[in-house]
Amino acid sequence: MTSQPFVPPTRFAVPGRIAVGEGTASVWQTATLTEIRRETPRAATFRFAVPDWAGHLPGQHLMLRLTARDGYVAQRHYSIASPPDDAGHIELTLDHVEGGEVSGWFHTVARPGDEVRVRGPLSGFFAWPGDRPALLLGAGSGVVPLMSMVRHHRARGLDVPLRLLVSARGPRELIYADEYGAETTPVFTRGAPEGVPVGRMSAAHVAPLLADAPPGGWEAYVCGSNGFAEHASRLLVAAGQPVDRIRIERFG
Amino acid sequence: MNVTRGFTGRPRVAGPHLPPGQYDAGDDWPVLSAEVTPELAAADWTFRIDGLVAEPRTWTWDEAHALPGSVYEGDIHCVTSWSKFGVRFGGVSLDAFLDLVRPEATATHAVAYSHTGYTANLPLADLTGGRAWIAFTYGGEPLPAEHGGPARLLVPHLYFWKSAKWIAGLRILDHDEPGFWEQNGYHARGNPWEEQRYSGD
Repeated sequence: MTSQPFVPPTRFAVPGRIAVGEGTASVWQTATLTEIRRETPRAATFRFAVPDWAGHLPGQHLMLRLTARDGYVAQRHYSIASPPDDAGHIELTLDHVEGGEVSGWFHTVARPGDEVRVRGPLSGFFAWPGDRPALLLGAGSGVVPLMSMVRHHRARGLDVPLRLLVSARGPRELIYADEYGAETTPVFTRGAPEGVPVGRMSAAHVAPLLADAPPGGWEAYVCGSNGFAEHASRLLVAAGQPVDRIRIERFG
Repeated sequence: MNVTRGFTGRPRVAGPHLPPGQYDAGDDWPVLSAEVTPELAAADWTFRIDGLVAEPRTWTWDEAHALPGSVYEGDIHCVTSWSKFGVRFGGVSLDAFLDLVRPEATATHAVAYSHTGYTANLPLADLTGGRAWIAFTYGGEPLPAEHGGPARLLVPHLYFWKSAKWIAGLRILDHDEPGFWEQNGYHARGNPWEEQRYSGD
């Protein structure tokens, strides 16, 4: 055997974007809820103080743990909505999932001052350091890690092209509706204001962005339900986006 | 213990079947692939074992199906915290493949790789002894593409990211080499009963 790392004969799945340090993910920290902001009838943003947060890149997620009095724990992965900053705070935007024990607690019990435990940031795969042109496709709360990228792009005044296609049932269900700018095209699947088309994300949305790709092409990030991820990734492939430049994060 | 104010959680599941930090996904079977689901027909599927073996070999769909069938009935556990009880996969025990290629005495690990290029590293000991399969069916039906069909690796005693979808081959090695998620901060082995989720756990 040689000392060269093994490279499979198959085309390689998308490599991670950043080196992930050992250690930070293994430490549980206390996160103190400081603010709750309603986004839509089903989604709210929860802001936490995490004084020893190691910092993250847009697109990364964390693991969050709630503990009951009898020691029962519930853990979930959540994408980080806030951009990297040095504020010692992070934000999560959570849907109120039907029957969800963790999201249910957040939406019906949680109040500022409550403490939960978090570990992270996790995974370099879906991270966007702000270097390559990025084409973002999200649906529902799948827009959360993508919004971290949009906010990062804005906060740093980056020149690199960034476009967001975000799908929601209607304007009332569109998370972060007031924050979008020229980089964003909302797609409404059930209802829309007068004059705005209603329908699923389609080739008509994706193909023009691929046709107008910046030099070097887009790095595509897709986030949402599995159904949306399958649909959106097929649209990208059909429009000519290389499969090894499509990163997908699915709910679950 | 850091008790969360006002958190009670779901009704407790009795019995020893839920690893620490996991919950019962019930009828759900979340799909978490990081890449585009490939369009891979059974006729185009192949499975190869090479590296530190006496006789490297590639099987076609029909050749793999000619090996003795084997069934796994039990539970699966995903690192994102869901577990799924009482699943039934049909396929061929990995032992049947490995017996034909005969790993060298120095072999200790394997990198499993997919037709998409996804990789996962595993100790050879986790792939032998009736604990790993190449699975073709789920619940008696062909394995759906989004769950790795036409064929996936199945190593149910480890977190499910080790059970590479659209399995294309195993490279047998005399050392450990991190795979796709392992390079992204996940644990080298991924034993759910020891909650080995991330590097350093």
